[in-house]
Amino acid sequence: MFRAIVCSVVFAAALFAQSPKYKVGHAATPAEISEKDIFVSPDGKGLPPGKGTAAEGKAVYERRCARCHGADGKGKEEAALVGGQGTLATPKPLKTVGSYWPHATTVFDYIHRAMPFDNPGLLTKDQEYAVVALILHWNGIIGENDVMDAASLPKVKMPNRDGFIADTRPDTGRKSGKK
Amino acid sequence: MRSNWKRLKAIDRRGFLAAAGLTAACTTANKPAADDEPPSELGAQVSAYGERSKYETAKRLVPDLKRPQIGSTTTPLADTEGIITPSSLHFERHHAGVPEIDPAKHTLLIHGLVDRPTVFNLDELKRLPSVSRIHFVECSGNSGREWKAPGGGDVQKGFGLASCSEWTGVPVRLLLEEAGVQKGAKWMLAEGADACKLFRSLPLDKVIKDGLVVYAQNGEAIRPAQGYPLRLLVPGYEGNTNVKWLRQLKVVDQPYMAKDETSKYTDLMPDGKARIFTLVMDAKSVITHPSGGRKLSGPGFHEIRGLAWTGRGRIEKVEVSVDGGKVWKPAELQEPRLPMAFTRFRMAWEWDGQPLEIMSRATDESGYVQPSREELTQARGMNSNYHYNGIKAWKITATGEVQSV
Repeated sequence: MFRAIVCSVVFAAALFAQSPKYKVGHAATPAEISEKDIFVSPDGKGLPPGKGTAAEGKAVYERRCARCHGADGKGKEEAALVGGQGTLATPKPLKTVGSYWPHATTVFDYIHRAMPFDNPGLLTKDQEYAVVALILHWNGIIGENDVMDAASLPKVKMPNRDGFIADTRPDTGRKSGKK
Repeated sequence: MRSNWKRLKAIDRRGFLAAAGLTAACTTANKPAADDEPPSELGAQVSAYGERSKYETAKRLVPDLKRPQIGSTTTPLADTEGIITPSSLHFERHHAGVPEIDPAKHTLLIHGLVDRPTVFNLDELKRLPSVSRIHFVECSGNSGREWKAPGGGDVQKGFGLASCSEWTGVPVRLLLEEAGVQKGAKWMLAEGADACKLFRSLPLDKVIKDGLVVYAQNGEAIRPAQGYPLRLLVPGYEGNTNVKWLRQLKVVDQPYMAKDETSKYTDLMPDGKARIFTLVMDAKSVITHPSGGRKLSGPGFHEIRGLAWTGRGRIEKVEVSVDGGKVWKPAELQEPRLPMAFTRFRMAWEWDGQPLEIMSRATDESGYVQPSREELTQARGMNSNYHYNGIKAWKITATGEVQSV
């Protein structure tokens, strides 16, 4: 899918094994890196220890998420997290975690870095895994007692996993003939 | 000045009450001054930080927002001249409000697939060799309302999520040379210090080629709304990738599929598939004068003015039609025409007072020609939300009213 971009790693190659020239800045300590490095990749790199199930996530969700996303995840003040499967090719597509998001790891990453929106960082890792499990369960993707953790989450196959295609622009506009 | 001296003497001689009466007499007895006559008294004092004239009122359009911290404001492009957007009028798009950051405590961490993970503070970044470049930043949601239906008011509402500044900072390439890129490195994650810690995955080649870590905009520190004290600039790429309040760059092997590059900023096609990593901004132009919501003072000479830009290098040509798209004539392009920057175009024009439609069409140096709305919706349907760059027409009525069509 990303072949066009990946194959042209020319500029990066020129930077391999460079020696520092200016020696400005200081070597990052392991603590300085781990404090900031919360990125989670689709294959699960960066997922922290912890675990949770949909059943465990209900109480957390009611307390911390329902006010904006609705009691059943179908949206209220903020976006719907549940539903919309089968709507993407219709005039009124509903993009939710269940209908649109290609990777379950993104749900964890976003909750961990940004939710609850007015107080990110409030939940424990177990609570975060449990809320992710609940949203996936409400979308019919996993069972109520399936445990989500660093090993199981990257293996979840999202309904729209194959719904994304590479950018094929320019797809309009006749070429003026130059170049 | 002499009359002021006379007044002062009069106050001295005849005392306060008489002086009060004289002042009143002066204001009425003086012959009416011509409108543009210089004042006979001293003007305002010197000041530490400049303000514009009280008669100038152009401002960003602040819409009604559910949460005022989250959303966007638009640049009044019809009220700007040349190619630089004043920093105070640069459009905003915030996903979790504007953080207040003490520059003395802010650092940039570079890590991941590098030999020497490094932390830079602001002073250290400013010690490094610097560059200044003029580039536009455009939100890929700019003109998004045109997907559903043409129209939508004026230049500010329809095109104001685009601005252009001179940015100063350090090339990403230089920072990565210092850190030493390792084999297998293909993408870069850039994260901001806002409350949602927004991040994007970017092709490493592009950020090495063109990317800048910038600390200044239009000659002064970047405004808080634009990322103070540090922002990533990825010239020609959609606005969201120009991560504000930049706090870390991580070199990685794959895109990390952030919420803002999967659930948002992906372009849904009619078959239900969505394009992902639609990063380049295609060529676009708009006539800013005359434009929607404004009124021509009457028939006769007017200069048609507008802006064109492209994420694929320089603007090569802008054509203007004043007959609804039948005849196109090349507009004059103001130098400098810089890559991935606003280009100002102009055309002298005599309006005969008849109703008509005016429009502009940009061609960039890759040969790409700005498409019509029909071409765009044929290729992508009505639900792709982002990257609308169709030709924009303004209708001028017999009374000179300019309307969006």
